[in-house]
Amino acid sequence: MLTAEDISALALTFKLAITVTVILMFLGIPFAWWLSRTRCRWKGGVEALIALPLFLPPSVLGFYLLVAMGPSGPIGYLTQRLGIGYLPFTFGGLVVASIIYSMPFVVQPLQSTFIGIPPRLLEAASTLRATPLDVFLSVVLPLSKSGLITAAVLGFAHTVGEFGIVLMIGGNIPGLTRLASVQIYDHVEALEYAQAHWLSGILVAFSFSVLLALYTLNHDRRGLWGRD
Amino acid sequence: MLYLAFLIGFILNGVARADRVQVAVASNFSGALDSISKNFEKETGHQVVITAGATGKFYAQIKAGAPFEVFLSADTSTPMKLEEEGLAVPGTRFTYAIGRLVLWSSKPHFVDREGTILKAGNFDHLSIANPKTAPYGAAAMEILKKKGLDVRLGPKLVQGENIAQAHQFVVSGNAQLGFVALSQVYRDGRLTSGSAWFIPDSEYNPIRQDAVILKNGENNAAARALLEYLQGPSAIEVMAALGYRH
Repeated sequence: MLTAEDISALALTFKLAITVTVILMFLGIPFAWWLSRTRCRWKGGVEALIALPLFLPPSVLGFYLLVAMGPSGPIGYLTQRLGIGYLPFTFGGLVVASIIYSMPFVVQPLQSTFIGIPPRLLEAASTLRATPLDVFLSVVLPLSKSGLITAAVLGFAHTVGEFGIVLMIGGNIPGLTRLASVQIYDHVEALEYAQAHWLSGILVAFSFSVLLALYTLNHDRRGLWGRD
Repeated sequence: MLYLAFLIGFILNGVARADRVQVAVASNFSGALDSISKNFEKETGHQVVITAGATGKFYAQIKAGAPFEVFLSADTSTPMKLEEEGLAVPGTRFTYAIGRLVLWSSKPHFVDREGTILKAGNFDHLSIANPKTAPYGAAAMEILKKKGLDVRLGPKLVQGENIAQAHQFVVSGNAQLGFVALSQVYRDGRLTSGSAWFIPDSEYNPIRQDAVILKNGENNAAARALLEYLQGPSAIEVMAALGYRH
């Protein structure tokens, strides 16, 4: 069964995933909206930059973040000057690394949802003297519900499943940066297969329920759209 | 003509395959094995195919039928376990190298020659390999316990997945110092950079690394030749230059 360390690792994982998802949604929604509407010539570059973490193996990305956030890196210099100290081996460091890593999984579904909203609906709302913020809050967001759910679930699940980066940035400190994925890996490496099975079982069951919920919800949505 | 080329290719391939040995090696020794196998290939004509990785991962892969023929482990217990489970050839197991631990910092004059900096504790992070899974990490923990510092320094410890990552934490400056393998920071009798406490052998149990021939390599002459070569003077010289004991 699960030990106290396993449970602490699980709790920490969910704390991280919730924190990262909330921040990513706040950053991702305005950002994806801008991407879906802008004609700025830097758009392609910005999109490529967001998708970039998908190309690098997580442990390699983790290595570069470790260097960048460390005493000789630019992010490290910045955080030190701001009085935050260095980010590696802290929970804050895990949050920053996970945001970078999970960003495409949140921004991309949001962007394609926003693109799908017919401009005439926005124009109609504007002619009724709705402010742009009003239009966004009372027209765009309700119409994008399914995309919002997809983005949040993907961001959350991707953070839960993260391994290479958090191992590199976190330093595997029990109770502080040792996440469930790292704990499972340690069990496997130590040939404690029973422990690994338990913890993995819980993660798999969790992921399955999340995905099931996502797809069930999405099917309902599609039904609604069909009637529109 | 094309047919002939195929035929020659086929024959050459057949010859090469007979003399090929597939080796799984613990990450800490992969650099040493690269140099050793180059000499070995030159002298014998055999070909060595090397995969480096974590010992625990290799164990799982070998159990699942991985095609490795020789296993150079980072510990003694994994090869023994494989032998007990009938996955390794009995009587082929031996200690090919004894790893040495060093307390190292990339900064010059930071770690003193006696390691008293551990007691002083004037650092934020001390990097070690995971003591649960990596022999070098276990040895580091043993030293801290012996000095009665394991509890006090506990909050400052950061763990690498393996000794390579523990080393990266120090190189990148995120940990001011760390217990790393001597082979990572030592060339031809001296430190490549930084400062270090060369820990006396009496401070921790020797990190014996055992080799064994796996079932797949039972009838491979190159596998036996390689293990023999590992005990020869040329291999020992390479290991000594990297700080391994024999």
